[in-house]
Amino acid sequence: MSEQLSSAPDISRTVKKWLKKRGSLIMALHEIQNTFGYVPRSVSLQLAHLMDVPLARIYEVLTFYNYFRLDPPGKNTISVCMGTACYLKGAPKLVEAFAEELGVQEGETTPDGQFFLQSVRCVGCCGLAPVVVVNGTVMSKVDVSQVKEIIASCMQKEEV
Amino acid sequence: MPKLTLDDLNPMQIEAQKALNRENWIRVGCSTCGLAAGAEGVYQTLKEELAERKLDIEVRRTGCNGMCHAEPLVEINVSGVPRTMYGNLKPEYVKDLLNTHLKKEKIAKQWKVDGVEALGQDDCGKPSASKQVRIVLCNCGIVDPTNIDDYIARCGYQGLKRALQEYGSEGVIEQLKLSGLRGRGGGGYPTHLKWEFVRREKSAEKYMICNGDEGDPGAYMDRSVLEGDPHAVVEGMIIAGYAIGATMGYFYIRAEYPLAVERIENAIRQARRLGLLGKNILGTDFSYDLEVRLGAGAFVCGEETALMSSVEGRRGYPWPRPPFPAQKGLWGNPSNINNVETLANVPAIMRNGGKWFAQFGTEESKGTKVFAVTGNVRKAGLIEIPMGTTLNTIVYDICGGPALGSNEVKAVQTGGPSGGVIPARFFETHVSYESLLRLGSIMGSGGLIVMDEQDSMVEIAKFYLGFCVEESCGKCAPCRIGGRQMLMLLNRISKGEGTTADIDALKRISHAMQKASLCGLGQTAPNPVLSTLRYFENEYTALLKDGAQAAGAR
Ligand SMILES: Cc1cc2nc3c(=O)[nH]c(=O)nc-3n(C[C@H](O)[C@H](O)[C@H](O)COP(=O)(O)O)c2cc1C
Ligand code: FES
Repeated sequence: MSEQLSSAPDISRTVKKWLKKRGSLIMALHEIQNTFGYVPRSVSLQLAHLMDVPLARIYEVLTFYNYFRLDPPGKNTISVCMGTACYLKGAPKLVEAFAEELGVQEGETTPDGQFFLQSVRCVGCCGLAPVVVVNGTVMSKVDVSQVKEIIASCMQKEEV
Repeated sequence: MPKLTLDDLNPMQIEAQKALNRENWIRVGCSTCGLAAGAEGVYQTLKEELAERKLDIEVRRTGCNGMCHAEPLVEINVSGVPRTMYGNLKPEYVKDLLNTHLKKEKIAKQWKVDGVEALGQDDCGKPSASKQVRIVLCNCGIVDPTNIDDYIARCGYQGLKRALQEYGSEGVIEQLKLSGLRGRGGGGYPTHLKWEFVRREKSAEKYMICNGDEGDPGAYMDRSVLEGDPHAVVEGMIIAGYAIGATMGYFYIRAEYPLAVERIENAIRQARRLGLLGKNILGTDFSYDLEVRLGAGAFVCGEETALMSSVEGRRGYPWPRPPFPAQKGLWGNPSNINNVETLANVPAIMRNGGKWFAQFGTEESKGTKVFAVTGNVRKAGLIEIPMGTTLNTIVYDICGGPALGSNEVKAVQTGGPSGGVIPARFFETHVSYESLLRLGSIMGSGGLIVMDEQDSMVEIAKFYLGFCVEESCGKCAPCRIGGRQMLMLLNRISKGEGTTADIDALKRISHAMQKASLCGLGQTAPNPVLSTLRYFENEYTALLKDGAQAAGAR
């Protein structure tokens, strides 16, 4: 049980409100992902301990749900919506353009850890398709010609 | 804040109405769609401009009124100028807009868009000029969703009051029966029957669940209601909990909808503070509380049994029925689950009575339906129409027909990954659960995608099937394996390497999946393929290696 436990940040406060609630494992994991951007193994170990469940139970859940990440995300996250409306309005081309520009496949982080590129399901703005979510900000009616610009603006923010 | 009793609600409503119905106000649509288009900047600029001009005009952030194509939207009502809706705004336009509207007291024509007369949102249930009727969306775009007083001003929690004071739990279900309300999550099962099953079960604990997973990859009706009028869904959940005798209720909302989650959590806190939730609700002996649980990106979790597994904190695997959730649901206790839109109808039904609701719609499908219309139309967005409205009215009258300069409309797709396509020649069809089923599609949860001549039917079938294959939980073989095989065949066909035998194989596997899959995901996954084949087999054969001969032979 001692594997990595000591080096992990203390999460007992983060998940405190979920410890006594029935069926709250997924909620605790959400809380953790919101804090760290992903669910580190060391933290899962700690959670197993706190909630008194086997680590395998936690991984069973983590690997079932698309939303949870086991690796740290890039500094910037670019999510291209691949819902029906965006798909019909050219989202696959946007994914391609971002992939080419960043030199990674969808679902990957650039080697320098700067960008994480993913395709997501309808983010609920179909009226504004095609939609790209850049670091939590939704951008509407995105055109392939804007791809470079979007990446550049992320880098600029970095410098400020 | 002292807890309210049944008698406190009416005086509170009168006070709240004074605030909501002030003479001068400006409303800015600040749902996810509005914010995406830049509403926050417009809102801030408005505030600054008004402060500079020392004008006492209230600026209110509201939910989405449905005109997503024209976001950001600002509605202005000041004395001297007719109430006007403006769209496609930017912060830099605000100064000009206010100069024209407030100073010159004229309508700024360049930004004017259809307003309340087209949406019909002011009066619950009153038809608008464009034939929309708003029951579910009638507060969206009007109230500040973070303020319970606004909701109370719009007769909020009066349905609950009537349920507790007048109807009793059996009476609530009786009203629901009179209303004819059917599930808006896709299946269309009569809601009163579901509630009655659970009400009759004897158990120390029962649960009520709101399905806010909204899995259809091209739709967002439920999100807009959760964001724009959260208290309506909370009130629906309280009435449902009361009727079935639940001890606890859960909202299950997709994690991808952070704003909806925030607004519902806020609404629950406000309701609790006023004694609309918790112990002895409104001073009666009914006690009940609500909590939020988040989804985590799994489409199958929209299916009710899988959803319950997920609420229990496990993998979202469906389970075979029986036992039905009404007998053994969440943690083995009787449970009822309803869709967001179903629940959002409940307060209005209780407030106005079941008979009132039954005046809308057709013989078998009562009330209204919200659709998220997207694809190739001029006015993409959310609409609410009475059941029985024709597809022509939806596509042409309400949504303005194909986007400027684009091609003829070829078909609409309804029902998302479980639905099908309806060719334009059937657009005189009156929308109802039955009529869409007869055409080989389904009502579904309300996604409606308008496709034109350029959209390929094989591609759309592939898109939906690919979605289901990715989302199959893998528990049963027909869905896990059948889906993959079908996708392989479709890929082959779309690459121009398919043969007529492949089409026959597609049909064969489809039927096997429909019959043998464990849950609705696998049972309905072949629908988009079957329905595109039914109406547009020519688009498939045109891609076949032996296509020309095959077409000739037919
Ligand atoms: C694969 C699958 C996905 C579903 N997704 C949803 C969904 O996202 N939202 C929803 O309300 N119902 C969904 N349903 C239907 C639910 O199982 C359930 O019937 C519904 O929530 C009941 O509510 P209603 O009676 O109010 O319609 C789905 C069903 C299946 C088979
Ligand atoms: S399909 Fe992209 S926002 Fe809905």
